[in-house]
Amino acid sequence: MKQLITGDEAVARGAWEAGVRFAAAYPGTPSTEILENIATYKEIHSEWAPNEKTALESVIGASLAGARAIASMKHVGLNVAADPFFTFAYMGVNAGAVVVTADEPGQFSSQNEQDNRNYAKAAMTPMFEPSDSQECKDMLLEAFEISEQYDIPVLFRMTTRVCHSKSLVELGDRQDVPIKPYVKNIKKYVAVPANARPMKVKVQQNQELLKGYSNNCQWNRIEMHEPGIGIICSGDCYLYAREVFGDGASYLKLGFTNPLPDDLIREFASKVGKIYILEENDPYIEDHVRALGIACDGKNLFPRNGEMKPEVIRAAMFGEEYPVDNDVRSAIIPRPPTLCAGCPHRGFFYELGRRKNVMVSGDIGCYTLASGAPYHAMESTVCMGASISLGHGAQQIFDSIEGNQMRVVSVLGDSTFFHTGINSLMDVAYNKSNLITVVLDNRITAMTGQQDNPGSGRTVQGEITEAVSIEAIARAFGFKNVRVIDPNQLTQVKETLDWALGLQEPSVIITRWPCALKKQTALDKEEFKGSFSSVYWVNEELCIGCKKCTRTGCPAIVFQLEKKKSSIEAEKCVGCSVCAQVCPVHAIQKVEA
Amino acid sequence: MTTKNILLTGVGGQGTILASKLLTEGLLSKGYDVKMSEVHGMSQREGPVLTHVRFGEKVFSPIVEAKKADVIIGFEELEVLRNLEYLRTDGKGIVILNEMRVNPIGVQNGSDKYPENVAELISAHAGKVIAIDASEEARKLGNLRVMNIILLAASVRQLGLEEIDWNKIIAENVKPQFVALNQQAFELGKSLG
Repeated sequence: MKQLITGDEAVARGAWEAGVRFAAAYPGTPSTEILENIATYKEIHSEWAPNEKTALESVIGASLAGARAIASMKHVGLNVAADPFFTFAYMGVNAGAVVVTADEPGQFSSQNEQDNRNYAKAAMTPMFEPSDSQECKDMLLEAFEISEQYDIPVLFRMTTRVCHSKSLVELGDRQDVPIKPYVKNIKKYVAVPANARPMKVKVQQNQELLKGYSNNCQWNRIEMHEPGIGIICSGDCYLYAREVFGDGASYLKLGFTNPLPDDLIREFASKVGKIYILEENDPYIEDHVRALGIACDGKNLFPRNGEMKPEVIRAAMFGEEYPVDNDVRSAIIPRPPTLCAGCPHRGFFYELGRRKNVMVSGDIGCYTLASGAPYHAMESTVCMGASISLGHGAQQIFDSIEGNQMRVVSVLGDSTFFHTGINSLMDVAYNKSNLITVVLDNRITAMTGQQDNPGSGRTVQGEITEAVSIEAIARAFGFKNVRVIDPNQLTQVKETLDWALGLQEPSVIITRWPCALKKQTALDKEEFKGSFSSVYWVNEELCIGCKKCTRTGCPAIVFQLEKKKSSIEAEKCVGCSVCAQVCPVHAIQKVEA
Repeated sequence: MTTKNILLTGVGGQGTILASKLLTEGLLSKGYDVKMSEVHGMSQREGPVLTHVRFGEKVFSPIVEAKKADVIIGFEELEVLRNLEYLRTDGKGIVILNEMRVNPIGVQNGSDKYPENVAELISAHAGKVIAIDASEEARKLGNLRVMNIILLAASVRQLGLEEIDWNKIIAENVKPQFVALNQQAFELGKSLG
């Protein structure tokens, strides 16, 4: 039966069909839906890991214990998991293991545009690059075979368009892959230098053996049409190339891209005229083709950033232009993302943004929006967990300056805290910086679409579990100054910031209120009784048009330019009351039932 | 046949996802090759949504090229304007335009003005505009949420897809209690297109 499914869904289906028994991931666009879909198959034990490193390490364990296993992550997640990834390649597997990396050409929701194909080359792991959903499923099945045959984990490289585009997939049945016996093998699984040296030799030999596979496998193929132009491409670039050139060019379509198929590349080069390399991000294929002594055009023509969309190819190759109508362009106003009505981050940033002599070190989550209007209350964002450690370093320097007034407030969410912020907080305790750490605990991983995490009390497969306490962690680390507050109560936020800024030692503030979009658990409903159940309105007779309420950045508030009065859209308001607390004349009032 | 290109655009929460699901299921039932692409960014309310749908005998790219969209199904005026550069410029591009404005935050707080002349700008660039007040039409049926079905249905004749058994597609993809309502909305939408 054929179904129209996304690449992420196809990978999940492929994992199920491949007999996978263990899957772990940390949510990250565009990879999140892989584990969400795997978790719907009851035969696969699925877990949201605290971060990508723990996800991959538990996958290594599952493989060693004899079960096929898969870890999925966004491109920057593999940076976090890079440590186990490299050495896992040395050790090899017991049952097959695949690591999925979802890269983001175009940076739709990522902090960088790194090309993770370089990881396969650096770690000497085999790599697949599917271009549509059918290939996602087929190649994943093959990846497990290759992993077991060559005794090595496989890198499975997707991109946003491959992850989030739907195309037809022929579904298959689940293979019966029994759990292999675990055999104690210290030489294979203990990567101490004496063992790791021969391991590396084995990996190098593997790369040589895999060249034969790469030259002859079905995933790398020559499609001859018009021989004048030869296109070498992988991933979604193949689809874009077919769209632009049709049968007017010949193609070397690459789906298995580490090691690259030297013989096939030479054969293709001998059959076609001018060669163009179409690939997103780095000149990964191009550098290799040039090293073979084959002349080609690549990044000298095509951009190294963004997606290689058909119009990008046409513009680069044929000088085709896409003039934009100025009357249309100039009329368009932006629709920037905003914190939702009722977002528990609003009240906190409204207060924090008013502080002087404060550097706000931020992190990755919905709250990164606080760097924009109207809050401007975040001034650095690097990677997951960096808010605390970056803030720690900055505070150490500020404090070394005589007469220093600057305090650093590090801000991150609950899921980001569990991801890597927890290590950084240990650094603050151990190395004694005067840092104010704020964990915005909205009881869920919100930005990627409501995934559970170690603090939410629920697993990816919906089971109730231990909810890890951030407060208890902070106290266990030795912090004496820990407060848990309700971020919607501005007086409480204000007083707590005053308290923390007044201390000459580190403090931890936990703002605890659920995301407005969270499907609350029974425990949430008990703890946050009556949340999101009221509505506020503006009494226009009292409103003086001062626009203070609009500075909360709430999308439910409308400032009526003609009347110079505020109003509230009742269907959006969920009653957080932050605007009412900001209003100097009490014009914003609760609608009485 | 040449591949047909459709864009659905609006803001989160308007039901574009169900509309594109029904559209692609309908196309599959006729044996077309179909590809669809949607970029998910931050999970928040009322963010811009853009869905690409392409169908034909054999479709390669999942995304519509600039100046090649045959039909834009626009759920929100400003979002149609934002994506107007996708519309073909040979006078054959069609826009199904929902007469609805969802203010971005800048308009809400008084720092931006919603462009006044959106409909005129769209008309000037499209071969044909079918303007529908879908929320008003949906209200007639007693449920605002079927706005998406009305807009989708309005594109059916323009795309030459009248022969698809849409009632069956709806029955197979919508919760049982909403099937009859959505089928009604589809009939209404078809008559408007």
